[in-house]
Amino acid sequence: MELFANLAQGFAVALTITTMALAIGGCFLGTVIGSLPGLGPSNGVAILIPLAFSLGLDATEALVFMTSVYFGAMYGGRISSILLNIPGDEPALMTTLDGYPMAKQGRAGDALVLSGVASFVGALLATIALMLLAPILARIAYLFGPAEYFALYLLAFCTLGGLASRNQAKSALAAVIGLGIAMIGLDNQTGLPRLTFGEMHLMDGVDFLVAIVGLFAVSEVFIFIESHGKNSAIGVRLERITIPVRDIVNSFFTMLRSTAIGFVAGVLPGAGASLGSFLAYMAEKSIGRDRDSFGTGNPRGVAAPEAGNNAAAGGALVPMLTLGVPGSGTTAVLLALLLTLNITPGPLLFEERPEVVWGLIAALLIANVVLLVMNVPMVKFFVRILSVPPWILLPGITMVSFGGIYSLSGSSFDLILMILFGLFGYIFRKIGVPTVPIILGILLGNKMEDSLRRAMVISDGDWTYLFSSGISTGLWIAAVAGFIAPMFLRRFLAKPEPVAD
Amino acid sequence: MKSGIRTCLLGGAMSVGLVVTGPAFAAECIAPANPGGGWDFTCRTIGKIMFDIGAVDKPIQVTNMAGGGGGLAYSHVVNERNDDGELIVAASSATATRLAQNAYAGHTADQVRFLGAIGADPGIIAVAADSPFQSLGDLLDAVKADPSSVTFAGGSAAGGFDHLKVLMALGRVGFTDITRVKYIGVDGGADAITQTIGGHTQAMTGDMSEVVGFLKAGDIRVIAVFTEERVPGFEQIPTAREQGVDIVSVNWRGLYVPKGISADDHAKWSDALAKVAASPEWAEAMVANGLAPFTLVGDGFETWLGGVIGEIETLSREIGVIK
Repeated sequence: MELFANLAQGFAVALTITTMALAIGGCFLGTVIGSLPGLGPSNGVAILIPLAFSLGLDATEALVFMTSVYFGAMYGGRISSILLNIPGDEPALMTTLDGYPMAKQGRAGDALVLSGVASFVGALLATIALMLLAPILARIAYLFGPAEYFALYLLAFCTLGGLASRNQAKSALAAVIGLGIAMIGLDNQTGLPRLTFGEMHLMDGVDFLVAIVGLFAVSEVFIFIESHGKNSAIGVRLERITIPVRDIVNSFFTMLRSTAIGFVAGVLPGAGASLGSFLAYMAEKSIGRDRDSFGTGNPRGVAAPEAGNNAAAGGALVPMLTLGVPGSGTTAVLLALLLTLNITPGPLLFEERPEVVWGLIAALLIANVVLLVMNVPMVKFFVRILSVPPWILLPGITMVSFGGIYSLSGSSFDLILMILFGLFGYIFRKIGVPTVPIILGILLGNKMEDSLRRAMVISDGDWTYLFSSGISTGLWIAAVAGFIAPMFLRRFLAKPEPVAD
Repeated sequence: MKSGIRTCLLGGAMSVGLVVTGPAFAAECIAPANPGGGWDFTCRTIGKIMFDIGAVDKPIQVTNMAGGGGGLAYSHVVNERNDDGELIVAASSATATRLAQNAYAGHTADQVRFLGAIGADPGIIAVAADSPFQSLGDLLDAVKADPSSVTFAGGSAAGGFDHLKVLMALGRVGFTDITRVKYIGVDGGADAITQTIGGHTQAMTGDMSEVVGFLKAGDIRVIAVFTEERVPGFEQIPTAREQGVDIVSVNWRGLYVPKGISADDHAKWSDALAKVAASPEWAEAMVANGLAPFTLVGDGFETWLGGVIGEIETLSREIGVIK
């Protein structure tokens, strides 16, 4: 009953006109930000922080506003993934795999509505789970030491094999390239530079955004030039929007499973939404009897990553609020906001500042409903932003990305790097090497390496430490099975077989 | 580390000029890291108070310039902004440590002017609440008996300030085989505490501000603070000195300015910083963030810092972090 009392207190905070207006405004801005390629939730939240301060918002209001932007961006990220094949943000990467093929088949509207509903289910259930389980779930983070994290990342990489390409060797090659790129920069354990060739700008490694804009957007420009605009991915038209009831019903359990997976991935500090959507997609792909159609426009391949990444966004708030450890890039920015507002997240936040925590939870519940309305019936409005002719949109996006990156580093280095990535992306696409595993390699490579090296320091180089707990052993078994199984099963996969669901 | 570019991208995208600086309309404070860390706190808090108490005319805007552990911002200031009188940059012990270890690609401490420190985060050693180690002595004895039995976790990389603190403490009690001390650098102090509470590591080395929330919840026990006196508000925590380990080590928070600015500009910023140090707002911010008073502004600070950098350089050479 304490829960309902708390929630009532939360709604009392959230249901003021100011707070509601902020939640709605935040949702709208967030969706716009998320739908623009390359502009993800973390930059959206970061850039709006000064706005929150200049509006003179108090702690709860600022937090409600910012998390609405965060959740809005998580919803919006899918729009450009589906329509343009360019992920609107990192976690929406997996949505391109089936979302864009669906759009190409003329089912863009279905994909958008389905993914909007999946986002809603994921985010709503995650918010409820956050409410019920936050104090308990915070303890999960304590169970994950370096050995467990290493096994978790290994699981993600092992299942890369069959992903995004029919050819496992090419996928594996791409993953290794990504891991190699991740090694560039300062060695996290010793602080010594690796593969930087004395270049200061390479000290921090290759920024994910430089890579993704290069590999996806810039290479798209090259393809566009080569084909004189005829064969380009950009510019899918959206004709009409109907509710694909069958798809929604069929993928209902997919959404539930993906929510559970995404939420747990979000709770683990540092794992974040990208891993959540990735694991959710892979899980669906491995248990479904229609696994072969994943990657060709399977509606469940759209529902899974969207439910997964939105659930992870909710999950990521758990360690941020209860431990002060951000579970994702965006929560790291939110953490900065909290600290600036003189709120120290930690085990006592729920007791010391209940109005902040419960106001936030109530606002999130409201925001989710607002977002469902914005992203399903009103999705056409956001699509219009992207339905500018490709010969304007494409250079426009590229220009914005160039300008944005230059405004940070003030040097042309990152721009050159981005063009190089574009060239490689073009070549890779020509020879059929998928670019998704490269991105995931860059994204997760450092964390995986750090985990391994920390484990080796703790155990004095004894590799059996990696299997020393039940959790890590279980993850290892899943990883090895995930890597080996597709090789042997591939020939049997063509025919449908009864699979215990 | 890697979200910095994304952070600023929208600034360019929306062309709202929130991030992109124009020519000296308002003063700028560069936080050489992403939002959320100590440098970001320094810029935002000091910048806000400077304006609130009227020490500066216009609000100070904060730019996050992550890269090379502060090296990118340092290089930017030295090479491109050397005479910009409207620029201040957040600095801390980490800045000094990296300069001492030549981690800023050949840049040296005398290429900027260190303005002052106006607060310090006391160094601490913490263990899990159920740890057998009751005192700093217990912990250090365990390391002396068998270095492989204890792993320290901290928020800085190996060779960083959190690591050096442990080695300095061990040096004070006569343990010299410092390369055998096990230390892992994780993503920030909170993560180091999480690993320690979970039993993956045996002790956490960090700063007072990083443990405040966990301390109140009773999950951890701080067994020593590296200050001369006990820290106000945390009187129950014994200092290392009381326990016979003669070490004082704090993570100071302060600012540096470009070397080439006019004497007037330098005096202007020194005054503004001194005013912040004396303000009740800053006193409040220090309490809320676990900082202890530590004010040293102007020439005195530059002299003191020179000594500190020399000491770190010697120690780093001993442990082989630099040649």
